[in-house]
Amino acid sequence: MSTKSLPDLIPDAKLKLPREAERTIAGGLTVIAIRRPAVPLVELRLRVPFGKTPLPRATLLSQALFTGTGTMTSVDIAAELQTVGGGLSAGLDPDKLLISGNSLASGLDRMLEILAAVLTDPAYPNDEVGTERDRLIDHIQVAQSQPAHLARTALLKRVYGKHPYAIQTPEPEQVRAVRPAQLRALHADRVRPEGAVLVLVGDINPEKAIDAAEKALGSWTGPAKDGRIPPAPPLEPGPLLLVDRPGSVQSSLRMALPALERTDPDYAALQLANLVFGGYFSSRWVENIREDKGYTYGPHTGIEHFAAGSTLMVAAEVATEVTGPSLLETLYELGRIASLPPGEEELEQARRYALGTLRLGMSTQAGLAGLASMYAGFGLRLDHLREYTAALSSATREQVAEVASRFLAPAKAVTVVLGDAEKVQGPLSALTAVERGAE
Amino acid sequence: MARRIKIPATKYPVERFTLDNGLRVVLTPDRSAPVVGVAVVYDVGIRSEPEGRTGFAHLFEHLMFQGSENLEKLAHFRHVQGAGGTFNGSTHLDYTDYFEALPAGALERALFLEADRMRGPRLTEENLLNQIDVVKEEIRVNVMNRPYGGFPWLKLPPVMFRTFANAHDGYGSFGDLDSATVDDAQNFFDRYYACGNATLAVAGDFDVATATEMIRRHFGDVPARPAPERPDFDEPDLDGERRDTYTDRLAPLPGVASAWRVPDPISSFQDYLPFVVLAEVLTDGDASRLVERLVQRDRTVTSIGGYIGFMGDEFQVRNPTALLLQAHMPPGGDAEKVLRTVDEELDRLAADGLRPGELERTQARIATHLLRDTDAVLGRALPMAVLELQRGRPEMLNELPKLVGEVTEAQIVAAAATLRPERRATVEVLPGATA
Repeated sequence: MSTKSLPDLIPDAKLKLPREAERTIAGGLTVIAIRRPAVPLVELRLRVPFGKTPLPRATLLSQALFTGTGTMTSVDIAAELQTVGGGLSAGLDPDKLLISGNSLASGLDRMLEILAAVLTDPAYPNDEVGTERDRLIDHIQVAQSQPAHLARTALLKRVYGKHPYAIQTPEPEQVRAVRPAQLRALHADRVRPEGAVLVLVGDINPEKAIDAAEKALGSWTGPAKDGRIPPAPPLEPGPLLLVDRPGSVQSSLRMALPALERTDPDYAALQLANLVFGGYFSSRWVENIREDKGYTYGPHTGIEHFAAGSTLMVAAEVATEVTGPSLLETLYELGRIASLPPGEEELEQARRYALGTLRLGMSTQAGLAGLASMYAGFGLRLDHLREYTAALSSATREQVAEVASRFLAPAKAVTVVLGDAEKVQGPLSALTAVERGAE
Repeated sequence: MARRIKIPATKYPVERFTLDNGLRVVLTPDRSAPVVGVAVVYDVGIRSEPEGRTGFAHLFEHLMFQGSENLEKLAHFRHVQGAGGTFNGSTHLDYTDYFEALPAGALERALFLEADRMRGPRLTEENLLNQIDVVKEEIRVNVMNRPYGGFPWLKLPPVMFRTFANAHDGYGSFGDLDSATVDDAQNFFDRYYACGNATLAVAGDFDVATATEMIRRHFGDVPARPAPERPDFDEPDLDGERRDTYTDRLAPLPGVASAWRVPDPISSFQDYLPFVVLAEVLTDGDASRLVERLVQRDRTVTSIGGYIGFMGDEFQVRNPTALLLQAHMPPGGDAEKVLRTVDEELDRLAADGLRPGELERTQARIATHLLRDTDAVLGRALPMAVLELQRGRPEMLNELPKLVGEVTEAQIVAAAATLRPERRATVEVLPGATA
């Protein structure tokens, strides 16, 4: 057997940001346009602050946004968008309504016109809203049969208590009660350009793209309501919450840990600690419970940022019979990262992963659009990447150890397990106090 | 009304060569972002699994990550991610792919890693048992512990096909997985993982001469082994409608999926391509035929999708394959009624043709989807590696939007006319959960 040695890496070139322009157009909308001409397309993201909206109405609004305007039916909207290779869709989270789409670059003007009609002249026709309402109800019902959804729902309630983030999916009967007139009123009240940010990325001239946005969307006006959500409460660790799912062949293990917001000076160090612990495949936790023990397929951790607070989420689906041992190893790995500094080499590996995947994320129109829109939601621009990469590059073992001790300590975790309670309660109780959730 | 937008094309350069050991190489440089994608594809997939070894192609894919000649277990993952990259692999009906996306400066490292496992993975009892456990968890997550698991990609082939190769469960039974041995794995590698049976594609920010030299250096000494003969997996078309129904104990609502055989995607590409467009005419967006009719007007389904290939890989699948329609229904939904309406709409399409602009707008949207995929380095490396493997024409990736744009109304109508009930295989899923 010949022995061959691993080739060295050529160091990354200096971070290069794409050409972009930004302007607040007539009507109050902020538009950011970024040039990446690699393929003849344009990506669109429009985020509209949507905090403090009633959840059932806001959810149905996001589902029914493209059902019609004063002059177009839902079929017209879809057909007209397709004509320029386009498509638009909307989604909701507790902070925002997000409209996403793309089209052939030559279709940008037309896509913006259609978007403007949807924003400024929405009809919410009774029939179409009725259809979307029934579909949404069915969709929620299907979601409620999925273990990942049920586990997340239980965790959010446990983490956020009475805070608005505690419930992020409405109940079917709440959606059933929403009337089209309420959507029209909510739209008039909250789908407004002030505080909203439109991001366009693609084979475009940034200045001209903003001109096109102004031409189409300049007549979209109106003041923003105060949608600011109060800060999320601190985590309150307590007994492990066990939610019964009889007959489940796997247990959904979820943990929430405290975290820092993106702009915190220690954020890069926390992200590195997260990676060393469980945030990528070559982390201690994944190598342990998957590659060594075979307990699970796709365990993952990540820092989830909302406008009113950030949380480090830990998630794994593990075989029912190894639910106890999986918790044991998870507590062990959290305890280890919180108590001992990371090794030199494993920190370098995590650092390179963080820096490299940022570049991969910036290498497509869709990646840039997502990144720019997400940053804009936190008042940041793409140039924040310079600051962030510098912080990732310079974080020391001591800094990483220090934030890990503050944020990754198992004593700070809120833990939820969804699984066959009859089979897993005993093994879990051997490791920690367990309380049963309401069923 | 039917204003036609010009369908644009990409012009990614394509270089091809074959090493002395038979490895076919595709290089497609593009320096618009400082990243590279590396893909190695082997011409073996689920259809080649021996009887009694269902799920083996996929299990073996996992074993290719467990160390190789110069690499300990875990080393592959650590070297890719420690270079700032991401990795994965996937097992399809006709091929198995392995790939990395990385910062440009890590290209040589990725080539080294792929060459090392092409020379041979470290196949040990311990790694085999560990990965059998991991694969079982994968199957539990994706199939057993969720509603609609394996619907329809695992549920429809046994209804549609008669031969083991085409009909069996590609994820595998736990019994078959448990009985897999290290010898099986070695034999599978020896037979199918020959460099003559593989292609390598590199996309992104690199210099062609430098990359060529690196590839020769790292892959040049992989021992030459010829490709095994690939069986023809064809089987006769359906001679009558085939149906099956099963109850999903986790599903709250009913669903139905149907499939019809389509022409050979490779030898009859001209006849095959209209079916790709037809699937989108029927189901892409609110203005498509079946969404408008079934979702908006009749409200007999809550969602419907249409695509070709059981894994949705229409330009990377071989014969036999199918056009699929799958729908989820509201509570109490009637699959019979949905199928009758589908037939009615297909008849209408076959009899009356398309509406003005309907074909053009569908083609424009398909072009956007195709172009968008190619913006990512792996969106070029992976399909080009497969196009080279299956067709010897990686440059076809540049041509697809235009080829889609050349499909005519007459071809769509002719394609729709072949989707008859008596050529259809259908599987219905009944809700077993109390909603």
